[in-house]
Amino acid sequence: MALLAPALLGNGALLAWAIAGLPRFGDYRGPYGLVLNRIVVPLRHTTNVVMGTTFDVRGVDTMGEEFILYASVIGVTLLLRDESGARRVERRTWRLRADAVRLVGVVMVGGGLLVGLWLVAFGYITPGGGFPGGVVLSGAILVLYLVGSHCDYSPFRNQHVLDPLEAVGAGGYVVTGLAALVAGMPFLTNLFGFGRTGTLASGGSIGILNGAAGVAVTFAMLLLFAEFLETYVVPLEPEDVGS
Amino acid sequence: MTWIPPLLVAIPLVAAAVVAGLDHITPEPVQDALVVIASMATTALAFALLWHAESHEVVHWFGGWGTRHGVALGVDFAVGPLAAGMCAVIGLVVTLALLYSLTFLREAARLFDALMLVALAAMCGFAMSGDLFNLFVWLELMGVAAYALTGFEVERLGPVQGAVNFAITNSVGGYLFAVGIALLYARTGALNLAQIGNTLSHGPAGGLAIVAMTVLFCGLLIKGAVVPFHLWAADAYAVAPAPVCAVLGGVMTDIGLIGVARLYWTVFDAPFGHGHAVGDVFLWLGIVTAVLAGTMAFLQRHLKRMLAYSVLCHIGIMLAGIGLLDSSGLAGAELMFLAHALLTAGLFFVAGILHVDHGLIDELNLHGRGRGSWMPAAAWFAGTIGLVGTPYVGIYLGHGLIDEGATELGRPWVLALLWLGSTLAGAALLRAGARIFLGWGEAEDPLLGGALEEDPHERHVLRPLLLAVAVTAVVLGAAISVVPGLGQRAEYAADRFRDRAGYAARVLRGRPATPPQRLPVTIRHTSLESILYGAVATGLALGLAGVGLYRRRLPPGVTAVAQRALAPPIQVLRELHSGVVGDYVTWVAVGTAVLGGVWALLLHG
Amino acid sequence: MSYLPYAVAAWLCLVGLAGVATSRNLIHLAVCLTVTQSSSYVLLLSVGYVKHGKAPIFKGVPLGATAVDPVVQALTLTDVVVSVVVVALILALALDAHRLSGTVDPDEIVDVSG
Repeated sequence: MALLAPALLGNGALLAWAIAGLPRFGDYRGPYGLVLNRIVVPLRHTTNVVMGTTFDVRGVDTMGEEFILYASVIGVTLLLRDESGARRVERRTWRLRADAVRLVGVVMVGGGLLVGLWLVAFGYITPGGGFPGGVVLSGAILVLYLVGSHCDYSPFRNQHVLDPLEAVGAGGYVVTGLAALVAGMPFLTNLFGFGRTGTLASGGSIGILNGAAGVAVTFAMLLLFAEFLETYVVPLEPEDVGS
Repeated sequence: MTWIPPLLVAIPLVAAAVVAGLDHITPEPVQDALVVIASMATTALAFALLWHAESHEVVHWFGGWGTRHGVALGVDFAVGPLAAGMCAVIGLVVTLALLYSLTFLREAARLFDALMLVALAAMCGFAMSGDLFNLFVWLELMGVAAYALTGFEVERLGPVQGAVNFAITNSVGGYLFAVGIALLYARTGALNLAQIGNTLSHGPAGGLAIVAMTVLFCGLLIKGAVVPFHLWAADAYAVAPAPVCAVLGGVMTDIGLIGVARLYWTVFDAPFGHGHAVGDVFLWLGIVTAVLAGTMAFLQRHLKRMLAYSVLCHIGIMLAGIGLLDSSGLAGAELMFLAHALLTAGLFFVAGILHVDHGLIDELNLHGRGRGSWMPAAAWFAGTIGLVGTPYVGIYLGHGLIDEGATELGRPWVLALLWLGSTLAGAALLRAGARIFLGWGEAEDPLLGGALEEDPHERHVLRPLLLAVAVTAVVLGAAISVVPGLGQRAEYAADRFRDRAGYAARVLRGRPATPPQRLPVTIRHTSLESILYGAVATGLALGLAGVGLYRRRLPPGVTAVAQRALAPPIQVLRELHSGVVGDYVTWVAVGTAVLGGVWALLLHG
Repeated sequence: MSYLPYAVAAWLCLVGLAGVATSRNLIHLAVCLTVTQSSSYVLLLSVGYVKHGKAPIFKGVPLGATAVDPVVQALTLTDVVVSVVVVALILALALDAHRLSGTVDPDEIVDVSG
């Protein structure tokens, strides 16, 4: 459309004007981040201040974010549903035959699971967190589909198992927040003891919320993969029928 | 009572998680009951909060993180009577929609209910939040739920197109909002609305603040479907199932405007409030939206698309009221929101009933078929009269307050334009009602374009429940203008909402609000002008509806002149609403550039 | 150098929007939307950068050390999730569009308009 170019130029001019008013790169002076860098570790004993911010100081934003993920999984399930059964799927069960690739795949699955679990578990001490950890975990499990077969992957597509587990992750977050409310404190107050800085037993409910987020993200991504794989229709090879 | 605000968000979210997670395990009636109970509980708590918020500004700091040396550390919900009132109406409309859908849709019911509950939580959170990024989170959450709900009917192409247009346009809007957050954060180092407002009130605003304001407001105006960001709305509402339309059109679009008001009165009033530049732009956008949408409504034959344009028309009037920047205007917008949400929901419910009864949702195809269903007919006509603004029915009180605000500011011409908008939209709805329920008018009208049809979801529904919900919504909505004391309380709520200094003191320093003096419990009077405008608008709407019904019977000279004069603009309008998402995004870019340019010229220096 | 990251963010924004507005394929459109949204991440993270600052992680690092802003990182995390979610929904819709009409061209899937 002829209007697009001038519109984009106009927006570009506005952005340039705004950028001219920004502080120079590296010149961050605003109080919010500097205050948090100073107080989160002494107050909550978590050395990863970003995760401390995500799960404690601004915990309610993360609750909303988890439900954005949850709602999108429900939404994708809704949009890709096939109530009439009219779209019957025949599955390919072709097995990957090259041993070298399978070996690399197995190593990737194992390594990915370990890295993912470490990211989630230690997320509030060293770089990481429930979100990146959950994505790595679900990605590692998806590699099983790539190097294995449809049959190998089918336990991870079982929605009867995945649905409740994801609900536990998302709902668990809200319930932790409600627990504080029931105890007479503001919603999502960090209730538990803060432990020793730099250990797994630090941060109080940050650890719990981090775990809940990891669970929710892992199962949300697995559900998304399952939904998209359902729509993948490939005719069966004759030798695979009946396996 | 500071424990109520988080519950308005937590209860629906937990219920959504439980309902969707235990989908295959618990029996259906249990899940249905759980969904309705959660929604009703949220609504009841919202009303309790409203009653309490009259005399206190309820502030809840999440996680116990408050302020430290004037720096707001945590996220807060700051609820005054206006925000609490919004939550109450949102809860009411969603509860009605859930009750309606218990029988209207059985397919994928659990997923549907979970998404509706998530939307409820997000809308309440958005109305209550006092933190800029928190607003963004709730904005995106309600968007995600809405995109999926719009595309509910996956067996037809229309819903897919509507959902795509909705998703892409509103995502661009959310993205613009995020850019605005980054810019404002760079300027002020804060995310708390009160703190940002305080920081901006010292020193000159500068280009950064003006551009940040532009992108923030444009993001919200996209959600609020204001011209030129409105193109997605008719596509989306035409294809979503009736209860979803009731929620989208009744409350979700309006929430965008509440965000605009919130952002203006806590943040941008400080640097830019001395002039009228910001408000005037809103006023003009509102007027253009009202008149354009009213015209488009008259050109529709698909009932839900017609209702969509009627929604936009009232959005325009509400935005104009907000743009007047005084308490009467804001109170008028508030009251219009209350009435409009319930009446529009009711009309969408009636459209759903027609769909179930006859399998059709097209005005011309339904010609005369509604004869004999007197209850839906009564609900439809009552709702329409409420939306036109007949004196003391429905939106009248809100519209009357906006009129007062405009007159006080010395802009009496605003009244005529806004009443024109609601006349046009009302005329379209009256025409449709007469054609369907009374069988008047011709069965063909090429002015209205081609037909769009769809199949109903369920053949066997509990019709009394559908009727009860529709009638309840319409009756409640129509009664808004005559609830004793509501007008005065709305004005008081608007006063509180506009008091930036008081808000900042309450949120950042815990200074309690002064309780109000006793507010009268009488029906608020409006000016004679408004009564006249309301009566004239009703008459004009009836007349226009008649013209729409019996166009062929006009003298041929008149029709020829009208044809030559009106056909080209109508063609242009139809082509602008093309259904292609690339065009919509182009208009978003154009709108942002123009608004930014206008505000740059008016506010700089 | 001192304004380059911001210029990159502005460029990504404009290019992404141009892509979204002119796209003839829904999948391409979803990716263009991701590009646009990534400009907000660049902007957020650049705003929070502190010269010579380390990551705001204090394991083995003394507490008073200069560190960048953790808040914008938390915001970007949420922003990324939002972007992923929208892409998932648009892809699901693209699949539906292809199933129903055989095309993923937004110009061709117009069923309601006017």
